[in-house]
Amino acid sequence: MITLEKRPQPSKLWTAITPVLAVIATMIAGGFMFAILGKDPFEAIRTIFWDPLFNEQFAAFSRPQLLVKAAPLILIAIGLSVGFRAGVWNIGAEGQYIIGAICGAAVGLAFYPTESFFIFPLMVIAGALGGLAWAMIPGILKVKFHTNEILVSLLLVYVAEFILASMALGTLRNPEGNGFPGSRNLKEYPSAFNAELLPGSGAHWGVVAAIVAVIFAYVLFSKHMMGFHIRLAGQAPKAARFGGVEPARLILFCLGVSGMLAGMAGLFEVSGPAGQISIDFNVGYGFTAIIVAFLGRLNPFGILLAGLLMALTYIGGELASFMLGVPTAAIQAFQGMLLFFLLAVDVLTNYRIRFGKRGIA
Amino acid sequence: MDERLTSAGEDLLTIEGLTKAYPGVVANDNVSFSIRPGEVHALLGENGAGKSTLVKMIYGLVKPDAGSMTFKGTPYAPSEPRAARASGVAMVFQHFSLFEALDVAENIALGMEHPPKMRDLATRIREVSHNYGLPLDPDQLVGDLSAGERQRVEIIRCLLQNPKLLIMDEPTSVLTPQEVAILFQTLEKLRGEGCSILYISHKLEEIRALCDHATVLRLGKKVATCNPRQETARAMAEMMVGETLHVPQKALRVPQDVALEIEALDVPARTAFGTSLKGINMSVQKGEILGIGGVAGNGQEELCAVIAGEILVENAKLRLAGIPIGDQGPNPRRALGLLSAPEERLGHAAAPDMSLTENALLSGSARQELEHKGMIDWGKTRDFAKHIIREFDVRTPSPNTAARALSGGNLQKFVIGREILQKPAVLVVNQPTWGVDASAAASIRQALLDLAAEDAAIVVISQDLDELMEISDRFAALNEGRLSPPVEAAGLTVDQIGLMMGGAHDLEPAAEVTA
Repeated sequence: MITLEKRPQPSKLWTAITPVLAVIATMIAGGFMFAILGKDPFEAIRTIFWDPLFNEQFAAFSRPQLLVKAAPLILIAIGLSVGFRAGVWNIGAEGQYIIGAICGAAVGLAFYPTESFFIFPLMVIAGALGGLAWAMIPGILKVKFHTNEILVSLLLVYVAEFILASMALGTLRNPEGNGFPGSRNLKEYPSAFNAELLPGSGAHWGVVAAIVAVIFAYVLFSKHMMGFHIRLAGQAPKAARFGGVEPARLILFCLGVSGMLAGMAGLFEVSGPAGQISIDFNVGYGFTAIIVAFLGRLNPFGILLAGLLMALTYIGGELASFMLGVPTAAIQAFQGMLLFFLLAVDVLTNYRIRFGKRGIA
Repeated sequence: MDERLTSAGEDLLTIEGLTKAYPGVVANDNVSFSIRPGEVHALLGENGAGKSTLVKMIYGLVKPDAGSMTFKGTPYAPSEPRAARASGVAMVFQHFSLFEALDVAENIALGMEHPPKMRDLATRIREVSHNYGLPLDPDQLVGDLSAGERQRVEIIRCLLQNPKLLIMDEPTSVLTPQEVAILFQTLEKLRGEGCSILYISHKLEEIRALCDHATVLRLGKKVATCNPRQETARAMAEMMVGETLHVPQKALRVPQDVALEIEALDVPARTAFGTSLKGINMSVQKGEILGIGGVAGNGQEELCAVIAGEILVENAKLRLAGIPIGDQGPNPRRALGLLSAPEERLGHAAAPDMSLTENALLSGSARQELEHKGMIDWGKTRDFAKHIIREFDVRTPSPNTAARALSGGNLQKFVIGREILQKPAVLVVNQPTWGVDASAAASIRQALLDLAAEDAAIVVISQDLDELMEISDRFAALNEGRLSPPVEAAGLTVDQIGLMMGGAHDLEPAAEVTA
C-alpha cells in the first residue's frame, strides 16, 4: 500500500525540485495530448521548448520576444506574490495593468508633440499610480467593509476593460486616425516610446524594472521586517496579531505593491511592444501572472525563472500552432497542465510517500 | 500463547509487548500490562512518553507494529474505534468533539451507530446522567454549556454504550475542584459496577486519591508499576522523569509600586461563543505574581489579549506604571516593557512553519534590537534564539528547526524563555505549563519566580490550581468574564478557591442520588 506521511518540516530539496518535476510531467502529458490530436509529440514539444531559442530560422525573432513577454509576467507576478504570501488574494492584476497603461499613455499623449526627457519617467509614475489607485478599491473596501478582495478585484477587471474600450473609442482616440479606434502610436513619439535598450535583445525598460522588482522582493522577504510580517500574516494570522502586525496596513501595502507593479507593466507594454491604447490591448498577462507566481513558488528568483518559462511556452505555442497546426486551445490546455501538475506534486514538499504494508504484526 | 490464555481468565484487558514506531521515534517499545475488572488504572508519563499512542492503540485509532491484546479472554485487535466500542471500550478525549450549535441529545446521537428516536434518547440521557450524578438537560445547546458540562456530555455518550473499559485522557484539566470531586464519585460508582477505568493524568495527587494501580511510561517504555496509594506524589513524579525533582522556592517580598492597573474595564465578546469581560479591576505590583484561576473559556484568553495589546480598549483603562496604554498595540507595549505569552503555543505564540530563529524575531524584534530601520539583523536574531535554547534547555537540533517540529513542552519552554529573557517589567502568561512535563514545568515556574525576584510584575493565568498556589502572591478567579477581588494566596483552601471560581452550582454528587 502507498501512504502519504507528513514531514516534520517542509523539505527544502522538494521545494526546489517540484517545479522541474511539474515541467517534465507536463511535457509527458502534453505529449500524449498532442499525439491524440494527431501531431508528433516529440516534434511538438521540441517546437515549444527548443525552437524559439535555438532554431536557426526562428531564434533571431523569438529570442527577443522571450524578454518582451517575460517582463510583464515577472513584474506582475512579483507584485502578486507579495500579496499571496500574506493571504491577500489580488486576482485582478489584469485590471490594474489596463488602468496603469491608460493612465501612463494618457500622460504621454497629453504632452504630444512636446519632446523632453522627463515625459517617459512621468508616464511610468502615472502608470504606477493608476494601477495603485485601481488596487486600492478592493483594498479600502476590504479594510472598511470586510468585502472579499478576490471578487472585487476580479470584477474590476471587467470594469477596466470597458474603460479601455471607451478610451480607445473616445477620449484617447487618435485625432489623425481617420476614425479608427485606438490612440496615437507611441512608437512614433520618441519622448514617450519605451524603446529597446540593446538592439535585437528585446530588453526595454520593463525588463529593467522586472529585474529591479525581483531584487526588491528578495530584500523585502529575506531582510525586511515588512516581508517578515507578510509571511507571518499568511502562515499564522493569530501569531501575526501577537507580533503586532496591523492587518489593515498590511492589506493596503500588499494590494498597493501588486497594483503599482501591474500598472507599471501595463505602461511599459503600451509604450513599447503594443505602442498604442486599443480595444484589445490586454492579452491576459494579469491572469497568466498568477500561474507564474505559483510556478515560481512565490519566491522572487523562482518567479524570474517561471516567467521566462511561461513566456517560452507562449512563443513556442505560437510557433507550434503556426508550424504544426496545433490548435491554440491545446496550447492553453498545455499551460494549464503546468499549474495542475505543480499543485499535484506540491504535496511532496510537506509529505513523503511510503511504500509497504500497514497492519498488525 | 498458553500463558496469555490463563492470565486473560481474570484480567479484563491484557497488553503484551505492544510496539509502535513512527519515523525517527519509537512511541511505544514492548509495553505490557493488564487491567483487572473494576480497577481504576493510571497511566503516567511525561509528555511524549507514549501514553496517547498506547490508548489510541487500545481504542483502535492506531495499529500496533507488534504485540497483542486480549480483551475479556479473547484476542482483541480493533481495526477502528467502532470495533473497539462494539467490544465495550469507550474513550473520553481531552479535546471534545462536540458541535456547539447542536443540542446535547443531537450531539450524543451523532456519536451512535444506531441512535434511538430522539424522544427515547432524551429520556435515556436524563436517566443515565441522573443516575451517575452528572445531570444534563438533553435540549440545551452545547454552545451554552461550561467546559465541565461539555465533558459530562462526552462521558454520558460513553456510558450509554455500557462500556466495560472507559479510557479518560486528562479529564480534570477543565474542571473546578468541586467538579473534580463529583467526577470522582461518578468514577467510584462506575468502578463499583465492575467497569474498569484507564486514567491518564498529570495530576499525581488525583491519581493517589483515585487509582488502584499505576503504570509508568518513560520514552515509550514501561519503567515501573506501583500502587499510587502507597507512594508520594514526588516519588511518582521522579519515576516519570527518572531523576530527582527540583521544587521551586518562593522568596518573601515587601509591598512595592503598582506596575500594571486595569480599572472598570468592559470588553464585549468578539465571537458568538467568546466571553465578554465585565467590570475587570486589578493591579499588580512590581515583584509580585498575581495568579488568575478559573475554568477555561471564562475570559482567560480575552484578558490575556487585552493586557498584551491584541485587543485595544479605552486608553485610560489600562495603565503601565501610571502611563495609559489601552489603545497601544503589542509592539509599543513591548517597548515599554510589557510582554506576553499566550496560551496557544502553535499558531499564536509561535508560527508553526517558521524556524525558531524567525519565531525569536516575532516578539523580540524591538526590545532585543534585532531590526534597524526595518532591516532585520539575522545574525543577532539567531544568537537570541540560541540564547533562549541554551538558557531554557529547549531540545531541538538547531535554531533553524520549524516550530511545529518541536514537542509541545519544548516549544513552551522556548516561548516562555523568549519573553523572560527580554527582561520584562510586566509579563502576562496564559497557561505557562499546560501540557509540559513535570521537570520542565518546575523549571518554568522557577524562572517566573526568579523574574519576580528581579522586580518584574507577573500575571499568571492558569487552570492548574496547584501551580497557582505554588507561585502566586495573590490569587483571583475569572468566572464568566468577571474577576473576583484578589486575595492573599497564602492560606487559601481548596474549598475557598472553588467558591471563588464559582463552579459546581448545579451539581449533585453521585452518592446522594443513589442513597
